[in-house]
Amino acid sequence: MLRVLLATLLCLTMSGAFAVKPAPQLDAAGARRAAALADQLRCLVCQNQSIAESNAELAVDLRREINEQIRAGRSDGEIVDFMVARYGDFVLYRPPVKSHTLLLWFGPALLAIAALIAFMRAQRNRRRRAAERPLTDAEHAEAARLLGGSAGTHQ
Amino acid sequence: MNQVSNAVVDQGVTATEPKSALRFALPLAVFIVLAGFLFVGLGLNPREIKSPFIDKPAPSFQLPQLARAEQLFSPSQMRGEVWLLNVWASWCVACRVEHPLLVELAKKDVVPIVGLNYKDKRDAASGWLAQFGNPYKLSAVDSDGRVGIDYGVYGVPETFIIDKAGVIRFKQIGPITDDVWRTKMLPLVLQLRQS
Repeated sequence: MLRVLLATLLCLTMSGAFAVKPAPQLDAAGARRAAALADQLRCLVCQNQSIAESNAELAVDLRREINEQIRAGRSDGEIVDFMVARYGDFVLYRPPVKSHTLLLWFGPALLAIAALIAFMRAQRNRRRRAAERPLTDAEHAEAARLLGGSAGTHQ
Repeated sequence: MNQVSNAVVDQGVTATEPKSALRFALPLAVFIVLAGFLFVGLGLNPREIKSPFIDKPAPSFQLPQLARAEQLFSPSQMRGEVWLLNVWASWCVACRVEHPLLVELAKKDVVPIVGLNYKDKRDAASGWLAQFGNPYKLSAVDSDGRVGIDYGVYGVPETFIIDKAGVIRFKQIGPITDDVWRTKMLPLVLQLRQS
């Protein structure tokens, strides 16, 4: 009887020990790295939050995973590769430069350049047109009126 | 005054006459392309992310089975067979949606289905199977979700088709619908079995 009781007690304390076993804490630098990594990884359950922001179970698990890997001495690059191997590039908030992400990365710059070129051409055309056909006196008067000056000040 | 300004406008238009077609066509073209992209985007599901696992070996693991905790299951035990790995949990509502289909498949013995019981409690999981039927050859218990992470699980249920060599050939995220089963998964299973 006593033996059974002891065994039960042992089981209870054992299970308790497993349940509350706290994860060893990271040092300050490790914690900073973990936070930075969690911040740049997307939580796939709630896709507009990072792993750091989300309280989804998966995010909690992945934060634990990051902590463990840092403790195990893995580099940031290795941890990111670990995540990409499992969840794909989508897990990265900063997508890598690849052939199919070129438009994503350089599209805005291309658009800006195209807009700049269009603007400069429009300016040049306007200047050329103005040079080809100077304003008549009547147009000068109209322009002056619109600009709030008195007519004929251009002379 | 009005006459003057009209004249100016008229001259402006005549001066740019050859270009005016382009002036309207270009923004229209840009708009159409943009609208096209956005329209296609409306129909896409942001949860369907191409899995990096396709054509990669299924990650190995060793987990206790649900029915017999003392027995371990490892994917290598399924070598030489085309099989489904179905990630499920008793707390997963969407799993109930696809469950009748799995039960049906098991009844007809179409393909062996191994369950990965993900972040669940044993009692709850066993009870769930007793209630809704057990289509699984066996279920491996992944109570802390570590194997789930190795398989990139983020939306239970998920189902992998694994070929004879232990390579993942397909991944279904979310419930298997009749349509997906008939048009994608069953043909692939049959084809893999041939090879």
